[in-house]
Amino acid sequence: MPAPTCLIAEDEPLLAAALRQELAALWPELHVLATVGDGESALAQALAQQPDICFFDIRMPGLGGLEAAQALAEDWPDEGGVNKPFPLLVFATAYDQYALAAFKAQAVDYLVKPLDRERLAACTLRLQARLLERQRPAAAAFAAFASADDAPLQQTLTQLRALLGAAAVSVTAQPRLEVVQAQIGNLVHLVPVAEVVYFEAADKYVRVVTTAREHLIRASLRELLPRLDPQVFWQVHRGTVVQARLITTARREESGKVTLSLAGRSEKLTVSRLYAHLFKGM
Amino acid sequence: MKTALPAPATPPPAPPVSPAVPAAARTALAVCWERMREHGLRTIIVMVALCLGIGLMLNALGGRFRPTQFVYSFCIGVSCTLLVQALRLLQAFINDWWRARRGLPVDTAGFESGWRGVWPATLLGVAMGLPLGLALADALTGNRTGSLFGGSSSARLTLAMTVLGTAFSVFAISSLERLATARAEAEAARRQAAENQLRLLQSQLEPHMLFNTLANLRVLIAMDPAQAQAMLDRLIGFLRATLNASRTPKHALATEFERIGDYLALMAIRMGPRLAVELDLPPALRDVLVPPLVLQPLVENGIQHGLEPKVAGGRICVSARRATTAQGPMLLLEVRDTGVGPDSANAQHGTGFGLAGIRERLATLYGNQAGLELVAVDPATDAEGGMLATLRLPLPPTTPSSADA
Repeated sequence: MPAPTCLIAEDEPLLAAALRQELAALWPELHVLATVGDGESALAQALAQQPDICFFDIRMPGLGGLEAAQALAEDWPDEGGVNKPFPLLVFATAYDQYALAAFKAQAVDYLVKPLDRERLAACTLRLQARLLERQRPAAAAFAAFASADDAPLQQTLTQLRALLGAAAVSVTAQPRLEVVQAQIGNLVHLVPVAEVVYFEAADKYVRVVTTAREHLIRASLRELLPRLDPQVFWQVHRGTVVQARLITTARREESGKVTLSLAGRSEKLTVSRLYAHLFKGM
Repeated sequence: MKTALPAPATPPPAPPVSPAVPAAARTALAVCWERMREHGLRTIIVMVALCLGIGLMLNALGGRFRPTQFVYSFCIGVSCTLLVQALRLLQAFINDWWRARRGLPVDTAGFESGWRGVWPATLLGVAMGLPLGLALADALTGNRTGSLFGGSSSARLTLAMTVLGTAFSVFAISSLERLATARAEAEAARRQAAENQLRLLQSQLEPHMLFNTLANLRVLIAMDPAQAQAMLDRLIGFLRATLNASRTPKHALATEFERIGDYLALMAIRMGPRLAVELDLPPALRDVLVPPLVLQPLVENGIQHGLEPKVAGGRICVSARRATTAQGPMLLLEVRDTGVGPDSANAQHGTGFGLAGIRERLATLYGNQAGLELVAVDPATDAEGGMLATLRLPLPPTTPSSADA
């Protein structure tokens, strides 16, 4: 059995070093693949190195821990061949009460800073047990037999959906957006939100796509989301929000991938596995 | 390309604390009724005591015990009180109706506390209550008091006592009402002040900052005890300053910079190489007095909303300088960060209480002579971008340090 591996994402250098040290003392076999200080690097390193465990701080510059986990769950390659199962996630926070409540409710592993050695020891024991469980051939065979999807990933997806839901609720309600104002040069286009087929994140901008044309606005989806009616606009990917009324079909492919066809647009949209559960026959 | 989606530079202000009496959309009638209901028991007690007192006094003056005196004093007392209260309600109603007809906004002045809503009703009520009470007592006792002004001397005495007694009782009741209202207002003001103080403390003793600092400290204790001790000293300085800020009216600018130094030293340990700090305080301005921790929230904003969310980190510069303006010499305090700037979703996480709190304090201390401005640094003019907060405080013209600033 190869040595278990982990990735540490923590923006405060002293705290990252301390976690590394404590882990080395408590779990000498655990190999730390990398220590990174922001969410984007955490995502890139996790995808590249495929660790068994990810320690993610909740508040980091760029992507936060929860967002990095969301992106990781969406982009993680399907298990099999050289690809490993989805990593076990451990979140760390100094003080995020909504997150702590959600972690407890979802039985997600988490650490509270300042780190308490006993709690870290308990956490490592739990992680060891879960890794062992994954490697038992009988269990693996049973999981494969029971479902084509890999069980750990499905479980993580359910947890992440609940955590993201809790995080969204913690954002204070904002007035609904009625009209998007997109400026091009000295011309401002007024686009009624009801006419928007989908919003798509594009670097520092958001693409606002209607049946007739598309606009770019300088905003982030994170700013836009609390201002859209979640009944009308569905998030189907971390970077895509679609007006549900204008989705004509959702096609589930053999790999489990779901793609959407839209009224009035020829392109297809990809649904991430985090949101695939939205599309099932009644 | 720009968006008209307002990316809030400053987070929305916290909702105002609701006042003790929700003022909006309440009519004078409602206010008056509430005030009467609140003080009803007290009114009855005062009235009964006075009627008893007047009855006893009349008996004493008359030389012999006549129970009818009590019938008279109570009849007059009760009818005056009822009429005064009824007329007060009527007055409030007329006030509302008249203002509504003229299209004026609702005005409850005098009906919450004070005399405006009381005295016309009182005069009229006593004037009408007197003959009514006398007639009632006559009917009950079978006596004939006769006309009010031509009757017997005992009737005139009753009249005089009643007028005096009623006047006194109205005065006593109104004073009690006003006292109770004033007490409630003072209580509400005290509660509001305490709440403000708590919110200021909460915004400054941000739990994230505190627990993360303690987490770093815990690590340092094992790794580098000397540095841990230095960090602990900084933390103590920061906590002491935060807790004392509301008790000192002003302190020297040098002290303010020391406290900022404490905070930034803590942040520098936490953020490591991601944070660079520049503090620039000309020696001539060291002794200028400023409100305690007036700069601190600006520095914390710059860190929390500017530099902490930025992957590469950056620089924070705090500087003081003297400027001569049309309004006289001014102290300019600037906090500049090279962080993510205004159009980040992170700005929404702030409470906004820091800035609002500073503006409130400046207005109380300096009126419109002081000001606070927060602007985004245009990346076109300064590639580093970020935010610039400028605090303007009036300098006393006699400041000896003005020579070389």
